[in-house]
Amino acid sequence: MLWETILLALREIRRNVLRSSLTVLGIVIGVAAVITMVTLGGGATVQVSEQIASLGSNLLMITPGQRIGMGQRSAAAAFDVDDAEAIARDISSVSAVAPSSSQGVTVVFGNENWSTKVTGIDGQYFKVRNWTIESGREFASSELRAGKAVCILGATVRRELFGGQDPLGSKIRIENVSCQIIGILEAKGQSTMGTDRDDLILIPLRTFQRRIAGNQDIGLIQISVRDGASTDKVKQDIEQLMRVRRHISPSEDDNFSVRDMKEIAKMLTGTTKVLTALLGAVAAVSLLVGGIGIMNIMLVSVTERTREIGIRLAIGALTREVLMQFLVEAIVLSSFGGLFGIVLALTASVWLARVLQVPFVFNSGIVVIAFFFSAAVGVIFGYFPARQAARMDPIEALRHE
Amino acid sequence: MNTTVISKRINNLSLIELRGVNKVYGMGGAAMHALRDIDLRIDQGEFVAVMGPSGSGKSTCMNILGCLDTPTGGAYLFKGVDVGNLSRDQRALLRRNYLGFVFQGYNLLNRTSALENVELPLIYRGIPADERRMSALKALEAVGLKGWESHTPGELSGGQQQRVAIARAIVTAPKVLLADEPTGNLDSTHSREIMELLTSFNSERSITIVMVTHEPDMAAYARRIIRFFDGVIDLEKQKE
Repeated sequence: MLWETILLALREIRRNVLRSSLTVLGIVIGVAAVITMVTLGGGATVQVSEQIASLGSNLLMITPGQRIGMGQRSAAAAFDVDDAEAIARDISSVSAVAPSSSQGVTVVFGNENWSTKVTGIDGQYFKVRNWTIESGREFASSELRAGKAVCILGATVRRELFGGQDPLGSKIRIENVSCQIIGILEAKGQSTMGTDRDDLILIPLRTFQRRIAGNQDIGLIQISVRDGASTDKVKQDIEQLMRVRRHISPSEDDNFSVRDMKEIAKMLTGTTKVLTALLGAVAAVSLLVGGIGIMNIMLVSVTERTREIGIRLAIGALTREVLMQFLVEAIVLSSFGGLFGIVLALTASVWLARVLQVPFVFNSGIVVIAFFFSAAVGVIFGYFPARQAARMDPIEALRHE
Repeated sequence: MNTTVISKRINNLSLIELRGVNKVYGMGGAAMHALRDIDLRIDQGEFVAVMGPSGSGKSTCMNILGCLDTPTGGAYLFKGVDVGNLSRDQRALLRRNYLGFVFQGYNLLNRTSALENVELPLIYRGIPADERRMSALKALEAVGLKGWESHTPGELSGGQQQRVAIARAIVTAPKVLLADEPTGNLDSTHSREIMELLTSFNSERSITIVMVTHEPDMAAYARRIIRFFDGVIDLEKQKE
């Protein structure tokens, strides 16, 4: 009998293809929106945590000045090489210390020029930032010590200046320093914030200080905490050490900050998760609106088919059977909407993920939930019209024109 | 009434029996008596024509006989069961299992083939699909519509539509066929065809027929004529 009812519902839907498709459009859009939002949000979350993992989750970043607001920091004296050495010497559980300093520059090779960022580094930078060399080699310790004019290019700089050519051994001009290229970094792609992480040039820190910046400043010290050691403990030790080294009296606030990548990771993924939930909820509202659309059309359909209901009742249909007929019709309609919505959502998600450059992470859970939710919408919004049909008086219904 | 008839009625319970049936619409001063103390017995295999002017109570009586409505007073016994005590669904089951309906306006499902229309009551009886199809085809053949199975009501003439409706009513082999002005929308030729069909089902399959009609010509096919007037039966005529 249930199978008969489903067949009957399908026939009724087929009889009114245009109206049925317009009716389920709300559900299609609702389901598609929910799944797309959640899928893309999931992709973004995965991307953020992957990028942070690629930085190394046991990374600490020490910068001069304190954050005093969104993107603002108080001015304070930069670090110097001695600060980095002191950390390496005095703090236990530190596996690598990488002082660095950066500046925006224009680089020139032949007729090509490119605006990028040059970072002066020392040897442990690669380890701390998880950089790998794609071709060529890292800086030799003699080059670092002597401040040789050698450089390693990020993938973007290499592409912009050299195109398909092999740049190894060539010389480029950074500001007015002629530098030999000894290596190319493996590409990391875009960061979550949309910045190109491959748009950079690395040179020895000493070379940077002497020939580009013209001072001994260090803008950033990055530290890898040894595996298994407590990041919080190391963070506290560094804060104490730096307060002493920077002669900060107990009443004063820090004029530097030590940031834990784990905190940043948590904050960023937390934000994307909240955003995903919010967008999903907004999309779910459209599912509800779609449900009201179904109720509306089912009510019209019940009125239109009053005589049919009368005939069925006269022939001996039970209240329950008429109720089921219209309820099943609403459920079949909304489930169809759910199915089309899923297909639409997956297509849209794959496409949008490519456009927005986030990974496509298939979330089977939300697909199943969205489908059952759409079916549930059919039950909830189909019930009222179905009850109206089932409660009709057969005599009145048969008289209906 | 002779003794043989009386003894027959005592031994075999009447199929249909109305005992002092009243039907009142509305309440208090606005109350309208559609039926007043109707007593009526119809036996298995009878062919009864119900006549009377409009508003005389014959449609109300048909609705009660068809278990679509219940009396406000008195009792309607169908096979000895008091229909007034049955629930809405129990009455639906009674209609499903024992009654067939033919209406003046045919009341077929639009945009649905003749075959599917005839299959409809069998679906509610839970008959399997192929058996259902067989029975429906046979019923359509019995009303002379072989070859018209796939036509929808819109593609059939009035007479043909009414024959589909009759096929739908008899496909379940009902005890009683209730016909409400079955020829009301038809010309005399088609009316006669329909009446002959009904008569043949009455005599060959001993389906009890209760038929409302305005036309004396059609009533003449019945063996008993009941006339309603102002909510009471004012004339009852038995054909020999």
